[in-house]
Amino acid sequence: MFVINCPYCGEREQSEFKAGGEAHIVRPKQPTELSDDQWAEYLFMRKNIKGVQFERWVHTHGCRKWFNVVRDTSNDLIKAVYKMGEKPPTK
Amino acid sequence: MTKNLRVKSSKFVDETYKISFKFNGKTYYGFKGDTLASALLANDVHLVARSFKYHRPRGIMTAGSEEPNAIVQLHNNTSRTEPNVRATEIEIYEGLEASSQNCWPSVNFDIGGINNFLSSLLPAGFYYKTFMWPASFWEKYEYFIRKSAGLGKSPTEPDPDIYDHKYIHCDVLVIGSGISGIMSAKTAAKNGLKTLLVDENSYLGGSTIYQNSEHFKINNQTSSSWLEKEINEIKKLENLEIKTRTSVAAYHGYNFILARENLTDHLPLDQRKNKIRQRLLKIRAKKVITATGSLERPLIFDNNDRPGILLSSALKKYANLFGVACGEKNVLFTNNDSVYETAISLHQKGINIEAIIDNREEIDSKLIKEAEKNNIKIYKGYTVVNTNGFKRINNISIMQLSKDGQKVVGSKKNINCDCLGVSGGWTPAVHLFTQSGGKLKFRDEDQVFIPNMHPSDQVSIGSCNGDFTLDEIFLTVPKILKDFLNIKKTEYENFEVQSSFNKSKRNIWLLPSDKVIGKTKSFVDYQNDATAKDIKLALREGFRSIEHVKRYTTTGMGTDQGKLGNMHALGIISETTSSKMGELGTTTFRPPYTPLTFGTIVGRNVGEYFDIFRKTPIHDWHVENKAEFENVGQWKRAWYYPKDGETMHEAVQRESKAARDSAGILDASTLGKIDIQGTDASEFLNRVYTNAWSKLAIGKCRYGLMLNEDGMVYDDGVTTRLDDNHYLMTTTTGGAATVLGKLEDYLQTEWPELDVYLTSVTDHYATVSVCGPNSKKIVSQVISDLDFSDEKFPHMSFKNAKIGKIKCRVMRISFTGEQSYEINVQSNYGKSVWEKCMEVGKEFDITPYGTETMHLLRAEKGFIIVGQDTDATMTPIDLQMDWIVSKKKYDFIGKRSLYRSDTIKEDRKQLVGLITEDPKEVLEEGAQIVTDINKSPVEMLGHVTSSYYSPNLNKSIALGVVKGGKKMMGQKLIIPMPNKKINVVVADPVFLDKENERLNA
Ligand SMILES: [Zn+2]
Repeated sequence: MFVINCPYCGEREQSEFKAGGEAHIVRPKQPTELSDDQWAEYLFMRKNIKGVQFERWVHTHGCRKWFNVVRDTSNDLIKAVYKMGEKPPTK
Repeated sequence: MTKNLRVKSSKFVDETYKISFKFNGKTYYGFKGDTLASALLANDVHLVARSFKYHRPRGIMTAGSEEPNAIVQLHNNTSRTEPNVRATEIEIYEGLEASSQNCWPSVNFDIGGINNFLSSLLPAGFYYKTFMWPASFWEKYEYFIRKSAGLGKSPTEPDPDIYDHKYIHCDVLVIGSGISGIMSAKTAAKNGLKTLLVDENSYLGGSTIYQNSEHFKINNQTSSSWLEKEINEIKKLENLEIKTRTSVAAYHGYNFILARENLTDHLPLDQRKNKIRQRLLKIRAKKVITATGSLERPLIFDNNDRPGILLSSALKKYANLFGVACGEKNVLFTNNDSVYETAISLHQKGINIEAIIDNREEIDSKLIKEAEKNNIKIYKGYTVVNTNGFKRINNISIMQLSKDGQKVVGSKKNINCDCLGVSGGWTPAVHLFTQSGGKLKFRDEDQVFIPNMHPSDQVSIGSCNGDFTLDEIFLTVPKILKDFLNIKKTEYENFEVQSSFNKSKRNIWLLPSDKVIGKTKSFVDYQNDATAKDIKLALREGFRSIEHVKRYTTTGMGTDQGKLGNMHALGIISETTSSKMGELGTTTFRPPYTPLTFGTIVGRNVGEYFDIFRKTPIHDWHVENKAEFENVGQWKRAWYYPKDGETMHEAVQRESKAARDSAGILDASTLGKIDIQGTDASEFLNRVYTNAWSKLAIGKCRYGLMLNEDGMVYDDGVTTRLDDNHYLMTTTTGGAATVLGKLEDYLQTEWPELDVYLTSVTDHYATVSVCGPNSKKIVSQVISDLDFSDEKFPHMSFKNAKIGKIKCRVMRISFTGEQSYEINVQSNYGKSVWEKCMEVGKEFDITPYGTETMHLLRAEKGFIIVGQDTDATMTPIDLQMDWIVSKKKYDFIGKRSLYRSDTIKEDRKQLVGLITEDPKEVLEEGAQIVTDINKSPVEMLGHVTSSYYSPNLNKSIALGVVKGGKKMMGQKLIIPMPNKKINVVVADPVFLDKENERLNA
């Protein structure tokens, strides 16, 4: 059970949040222009890294805002938290 | 006649307070302060258990929570009975009743003991090898395995005790109150940090509190008296909370710690009434200091498991803390200096030491000198090769070790004894550290794993950090504390510490024997009866990974998780495979550190508090009118209303008929309701539903189907346009929360440019749905100032209205195929509006109906229920709902997936109607659908999703999904059942009123 620093509310228990998978996968603007393979790439292909991973989380039992989390999946340490639309930290 | 082995009074045991207790039906006496183990030992009872596999007699082995053998059943045959309680932990109280486990008929005469003589037939992996084939026999094997397996019995009645949960937030949590823990807690609290100190024992001070020896001094006081003063001081500190009898079960990431506080288990039964038995502490600590100490290692030699063989540290603890001798003729066996401390302690109390067997040849220390001075015979460079005595050790054989320690040489000597104390050195208790995600490193000098890297803000100190001796502790602890707590100094600088301990050790994981290994029983895991031989066999059979060897041999898989023997298992693997200890890795210690009762885990969440449930505003009416309820998500929904002893079937038939013949009324308040506002609300609906929304006029309603991005049906419901930029969306009862979540996700992450606001209003409104040919007559009386004519208020439209002064929204929408009105009012008026409808509807015999009838009525119309007729593999095309998928819209969620190579396949499972050949035959939901029953293997075409007997059509109807079903209209299929085959014909899923005439009837 980790503690997540919601960019809107501050530190809260993990149980208040829900994970939403890999971050920075943008829904194609023109899905109908895509081939089956291209669409499948968007639809199904997700990374599952052991190490530093960029993820989406939502503060379900709080402000209900979505945001991004940089988490090391090997030890659950959260390296950074940033709002939707913001650029991911480079370091 | 039982002997009394109480040798000397101890200040930890109150000899004026005598307690009687029963063990295996026999009454014994002990004193307040005793554990069950110390009291039994004082009565010379060693044999307390039979081992798991071979049913070998086993005795008390340790004096703490690491105990593998002495696990007992408490309070037999009562609702409070509890298995697997460690006799070394449970404090005795008046009325305690305990008994041995895993033996029948008794621990003294156990039939399963025959396994001991058959042990050559029960090698490692025996169960895997023997019972796997043929697979069809498994059911038979399972019965016998289950009968002979298992430790203890679980209670068969509800637990009558009260349990509790509590959250604690602190600056510093100190785990363990040994000398290092006390120093840490004091330092933290005195520096203004809110500190919590927990210890699993009933007393503070760990093993130092009974280390009463001239050889261990702190500033010229014996270590125990120095520590006692420290403890008295910390009890006065305001910043410090101390919890004894509190065992940390789990150390999760981010310093989240679960601990069990034991509040009444040590009290006489009559003093426990109405008290909380155990409390689960959920601790979130900013910093954690782990001071969990270390566990003494046993030694691995032939027959090292007999009753009367204990850890040397346990002998010392029983003598010093409880004033109990474990035997009258004691022998100690060691590879390090710690047994000499035991020997001196025992000798001081007048307990006889026959001899000390020491693996080491050249040894010298103050402790050894004192032992020699006391005329204790020391065999240097010797090892024990065997022990004798079936239910109690009576004799050991020793031999000299070769120079390299690989063999035994010379002749065998026998020594008589009734107790053997062993010490194989010490293992830091790193269990909690590793649970927290910490990584260990191996220290070659003394062959121990010690903490290395860790992810959270924590530190390990004292012997759990590999600093075993008093001088090491005073050297390292102040330094670590200053650094960790960020303080300038501690009060423990420059102490004068005297510690006579010599750290030399001769580590041999598996001691050599004069017998070949196949003939020995050298136990590595006592609880699971795994021997050195088993581990070697596993390696011969090709197992290499420690995790595989562990599972194959069951080493470390008992309730004690192999706290004693895991290091030896690793050592034997490393020696046999010539690999380095540090490179083998270790097995994972998993929470809980010691077992927890289910009661503690669930706390107060039992009975009606087990899970939350939601009630509609009309719930009380349903209860008063004897409705049966069904759980839908968290909701309690009225299922049907049985009248005069009706069965469910009879009630549903009556309700269904009434709804079509005259009028029915349904509580639809549980449907999810989402209020959607904003200038882009229409565009938003266009994107989330498959059909078009821009042209929906204000005051009109429309059914919508929502897909996942993969094209599969996700939810459905009717949405009403209340105003230009204002909609009310309804969702399925179960899907309300996830639909809102999904919509918010898209709004926030994919389409933040849209001006749309979502609010869940499910709980704000009660919904009363009146349907049937007389529904209009009823609602028009309830809402008298509204024009209900079909011209003014047609199907799929909405009106704002008033019932007296109460505002309401009325939608004319139908899930039954009948003319139907849904009245939405503020929740608190829900019940009165319902009652008003009932009153007005009396002349039309208005009939309340529940979810079952609702399901039947919609099935007659072929309306789907998302989640019943669909799973996450059905597209709208599969559901024959092509009509709702807009061809014109450029995009909506899931659109692109509707023409993926997979979703356009013609032989996908498709929704069809099924008519049974025999109209009385009602299919079972979930039944398989096939064509050719003789084909092998039988091809499964699909299954029945909904099935009812329709009282309105007087025949059985069903919906099902069938591969390529759309093209099979009129075709015969078979539903195979256990005793028969049912013939069905594929039909249109709409069974009743295909022309929708009843909507306006
Ligand atoms: Zn938040």
